[in-house]
Amino acid sequence: MAEMMYWQAILRAHDEEMARDPLVFAMGEDIGVAGGTYKATTGLYAKYGDQRVIDTPISENSYTGIGVGAAMLGCRPIVEIMSVNFSWLAMDQLMNNAAKIHFMSGGRIRCPFVMRVPGGTAHQLGAQHSARMEKVFMGIAGLRVVTPATPRDAYGLLKSAVRCDDPVVIIEHESMYNLKGEVPDAEFFTPLEGVEVLRSGRDVTLFAYNISVHWALEAADYLAKDFGIDAEVVDLRALKPMDRAGIAASVRKTHRAVVVEEDEAPVGVGSEVMAILNEECFFDLDAPPLRVHALDIPIPYNRRLEKAAIPNAAQVVAAVRKLLGK
Amino acid sequence: MDRSVMAAMLRDMLLARAFEEQAAQEYAQGNVAGFLHLYPGEEAVAVGVLHAAEPGDYVVSTYREHVHAIVRGVPPRQVMAEIFGKKDGISGGMGGSMHLFDRERRFLGGYAIVGETFPIAVGAAYAVAYRKLPEAVICFFGDGAVNQGTFHESLNMAALWKLPVLFVCENNHYQIGTEIHRHSAMVEVHKRACAYGIPAEKVDGMDVLTVHGAARRALERVRAGDGPQFLECETYRYRGHSMADPGSYRPAVEVNAFVANDPIAAAIHHAEPHYPSAEELQCVGPDCVHRFTEHCCAEGHLDPAAVEQLRQEVGAIVQDAAAFARQSPAPEMVDVQAAFLRNRRFETLMEDPQ
Repeated sequence: MAEMMYWQAILRAHDEEMARDPLVFAMGEDIGVAGGTYKATTGLYAKYGDQRVIDTPISENSYTGIGVGAAMLGCRPIVEIMSVNFSWLAMDQLMNNAAKIHFMSGGRIRCPFVMRVPGGTAHQLGAQHSARMEKVFMGIAGLRVVTPATPRDAYGLLKSAVRCDDPVVIIEHESMYNLKGEVPDAEFFTPLEGVEVLRSGRDVTLFAYNISVHWALEAADYLAKDFGIDAEVVDLRALKPMDRAGIAASVRKTHRAVVVEEDEAPVGVGSEVMAILNEECFFDLDAPPLRVHALDIPIPYNRRLEKAAIPNAAQVVAAVRKLLGK
Repeated sequence: MDRSVMAAMLRDMLLARAFEEQAAQEYAQGNVAGFLHLYPGEEAVAVGVLHAAEPGDYVVSTYREHVHAIVRGVPPRQVMAEIFGKKDGISGGMGGSMHLFDRERRFLGGYAIVGETFPIAVGAAYAVAYRKLPEAVICFFGDGAVNQGTFHESLNMAALWKLPVLFVCENNHYQIGTEIHRHSAMVEVHKRACAYGIPAEKVDGMDVLTVHGAARRALERVRAGDGPQFLECETYRYRGHSMADPGSYRPAVEVNAFVANDPIAAAIHHAEPHYPSAEELQCVGPDCVHRFTEHCCAEGHLDPAAVEQLRQEVGAIVQDAAAFARQSPAPEMVDVQAAFLRNRRFETLMEDPQ
């Protein structure tokens, strides 16, 4: 078991899959000679050449579509969009083509396409470089959407996505590329479906994904230490399809739920989880579930305001105390 | 040119015309719903280009793609059944008129968003070049598509990476209901390809032999490794944009000129439009199909009896296709699930990594 950073785990998954299957290739802006904005493709250009590690022009919609077209012929492209904010430009190819071609062809033409998008609010990147777009992707039938919170999952989810015959969007986080974590030495695959219980507890379930997993874990430590509250932390990880049974199973045990999301609340992960709780286990709830989420505003540039716009562990602690009346 | 090739092209043109007229009839009778974009008038383009292609080549088309599919060998029965939304359709009734796909015949689909086919075609060409295969990709689009950003983005990358793709513009002078002088600052579409250093040619898209010759030369250059090529075929659709559109925005004198394939068509194209009556649109004359028929007879490749025999033959094929489509069962929701879930086999990932 080696400790490595999030970006190194992504790089390792790329390298292993490209070494194994010549039909796997990577494309995106500055991923080749420059090695990638977050270093996730460093060294691949030298190892695999310009046919397999492709520096593209700034044409998000078209190079996404080029990935889709190549996937239809059996290639397994990994398309990197430099920032999730730019993926709006690729939305036609993603939602009208990648997500629908296998269906429109009556299930006869496959589209094993992977899109990697660094997302989230990082450090004073301004309103146009701080979007969280999971709510957009998870609303598209035909896509899979996964969100690694750790180096282990960043590796395992990319491995699984490349092997999967469906189009998969992997939402990474710009603030987590240097996050360190244990990654097993032996090859493994993280499932593209299902939640993972990261911390078992009995009083309340904290549902989180991507960076908010870390706020939830931090909050759970405080809650245990300072308030004697035993919180369960569930990493949603797969946002589409969402694991209804896994979500309900945790709440049947804890009877209380808080959803922690970095995104704004409307039409988001939290609203979807709350709908699932309502539909699956309403009578198991001892209290109405709560959401901890970003303010419904574009992200301000000023550092203090930026931090104030997105949630943190303290807000999760406050929400849980409110829920339990402690 | 070989007589059998001439006969095959004429047969496909006649089949294309008969098929589309039958589809219009089925629409009028309520057997076909949704949008139905028909091809009459433009047959010389699909037939001329696709008869120059090899069986291994890939084709990417638009929502006006029935004829491209049929000329590529997709059985008319399965095309008609798809237009009817039936289970035996080439896309199982899940795609419809605008989304015909045929994996076996390398027909990579009809697409219903204008301009989104350029990246698909360039991606397919990338996959072909990547594997060092000898095939070409043929991308059909209209004059309206060239104002999308994807046109420029994709032509840039196709040229940058010297990919084996032939871009074929079916310039019918209208983006839906807006005439080209009102939608494009540069109406000579082929000149736009020059911006990316892509060799481009403009041809009379009403003359199948001209189209065929130009496509053959362009595909030879593609196969020689010269990178992308561009063909602008000037043509005309006789019907409206779709069955929902009577096409009454077009002056009768223009419609008549193209139906008659009059050489003054281009000149009158600049004429001040007036809105014609239904009677004015009821005109007949030697269109591209008639023109080629007459050419084949005049040159002695075929005689009128042989042409009549072809007409009978394609008429029977179309009738058979319509009958097949009518009797084909409708797909059920379980078929939807099957089409949607067929690729979803993550659970078997570990056992079957390929």
